Amino acid sequence: MENFFTRYRNETVLFGVVFIQVILLAVQVRVPQPALGSVTAAVQPSQPGPRLIRVWATGLISPFQKLTVHSGEGIRGIWRNYVDLIHVRQQNIEMKQEIDHLRLEKIRLQQDAEQGQRLQALLGFKEQFLDQTVAAQVIGTSGTDLSRVIYVDRGTRDGVQPGMAVITPDGIVGKVSRADKTTSQVLLITDPMSGAGVLLERLRLNGVLKGTQSGYPEVLDVMADEKVQVGDTIVTTGGDRVFPKGLSVGTVTSVFPDRERDPFLAIRVKPTVNLGRLEEVLIVTKVLEQQVVTDANGAERAADILAQRLPSAKKKTADEVAKQTAAAEAAPGGETPAMNAEPKAVPQVATPTTRPPAVPDKYSPPDAKKSAGNMAETPAKKSEAPAVSENKKNNASAGDASTKKQVTPPKETPH
Amino acid sequence: MAAQRTISREGIEVFRFGPVATVLIPLLALFLQASLPLRFSTLNIFDLPLLVVIFFSVARRSPMAGTLTGCIIGLAKDSLTYAHQPIGLFGISDSIVGYIASSIGVKIDVENPGSRLLMTFCFYLLSRGIYQVLRNMAKQPIDFNWGHELGAALVNAVLAVGLFMVLDRYKQRG
Repeated sequence: MENFFTRYRNETVLFGVVFIQVILLAVQVRVPQPALGSVTAAVQPSQPGPRLIRVWATGLISPFQKLTVHSGEGIRGIWRNYVDLIHVRQQNIEMKQEIDHLRLEKIRLQQDAEQGQRLQALLGFKEQFLDQTVAAQVIGTSGTDLSRVIYVDRGTRDGVQPGMAVITPDGIVGKVSRADKTTSQVLLITDPMSGAGVLLERLRLNGVLKGTQSGYPEVLDVMADEKVQVGDTIVTTGGDRVFPKGLSVGTVTSVFPDRERDPFLAIRVKPTVNLGRLEEVLIVTKVLEQQVVTDANGAERAADILAQRLPSAKKKTADEVAKQTAAAEAAPGGETPAMNAEPKAVPQVATPTTRPPAVPDKYSPPDAKKSAGNMAETPAKKSEAPAVSENKKNNASAGDASTKKQVTPPKETPH
Repeated sequence: MAAQRTISREGIEVFRFGPVATVLIPLLALFLQASLPLRFSTLNIFDLPLLVVIFFSVARRSPMAGTLTGCIIGLAKDSLTYAHQPIGLFGISDSIVGYIASSIGVKIDVENPGSRLLMTFCFYLLSRGIYQVLRNMAKQPIDFNWGHELGAALVNAVLAVGLFMVLDRYKQRG
């Protein structure tokens, strides 16, 4: 036996090394029970925690990577900030002009955002927004296109945890797959093992973004009869509980039938983020989800929102109120409670500006009964009614009853 | 078989490396492999650690040393991949490549640039083939684009010719 091992020493060592690694593989990999509705039966290692060998390897390589990246940044910074300043003055002028444009744009967008929030509040939407992010420097990659991951210089010490989303201002990058003390591994959206819930913006279609070996992710689970076009933009849905919703993902570059899954399309996507040249990223450490709230008035009617958004519409509404007032006060001196009510005075209650019932019944409020009674009064009082009503409105809004009452011109009386 | 091997060993030169080169060259290869694609993403087509495995194995001409070199460097490559990917895929493939490279180094002239080009081309494809088989065994199949792999093998082979010439300076006669 000793002679055998001596004779086949090399082969024995090879067999032993391979055998041990195969056993290690077998220990790590387990085949999950196939779940209903699962796209692929993904196989995951049995222990999701970081392995010591990974920690060692990262710990061995990452200090040099950090040193290289940060010293490179320093050199580039010196060059950019002290040497390469040609055309800066011209750029400054152009940027100031751009700021002016952006300010105007900001005002418009702010109004749109406020309106959007109010409408969302009406519909009971929940708003998601990034509450805390950690800026991180990309320091390394896996070094092989068979595993598309990057390493960043932030870890658990900075609050980074596995599963957190990694983004840039341009769009999503991936998610944290492992977090050590000072470094983290990020699985890019182009890796075949990654996935994200996405939405085709134009068609409002949900799908699943999966990475491929080619480096271009694809959107799956979209039926073949959908009119997906090249150039359609894709955003996150937030449904995967990793990426906050509404973040840019990419644009459609090609659409073709999915051969493996017949009734569905395979939609190839070009990520908006250039994943091949990442330098800085943001790790989303906290996402807040809360009910949209508008202002102290609470729920508002859609008509009020429209009125605020469109001043002309608001004016028309006021005229309509006045017309209604005139029409309702057919009887002279008729002052119905609804006519006197200024809409802004009771914002919580949606007070309808209805006519008082001609024939009061048991459900009619006492004031309505009273005003209905006024309708039967003399025609002489009828002509005074609009002016009085208008004055009452002014009193409510301006709080100076006596002055307004005297200067109300008769020609403003609505007919 | 043993007699043949003895004769072969007597007829060829066996090299060794200093401890600094033995440690630093693989580390540098790993570092460059993990860092260069950050700035130039197309550079991830290279497999510097594999080239180092081939170089050390061929130069030492000891299958046992080649196997262990491939195992260690392969496991280091594995440890830099996606956290949920099992460790050992690159380890096994590089171990086998290291063993075969050492065995071939005993039998043929591997100092010639032409033979180095051809050898690296074949070893690259062999490494990827073994990796693919192992991924399938681990129930984590990936779609290989063999056209891309052939191109990558050629690029790595060309790089190997230049790289091996540089690394030849660190050889010490055994």
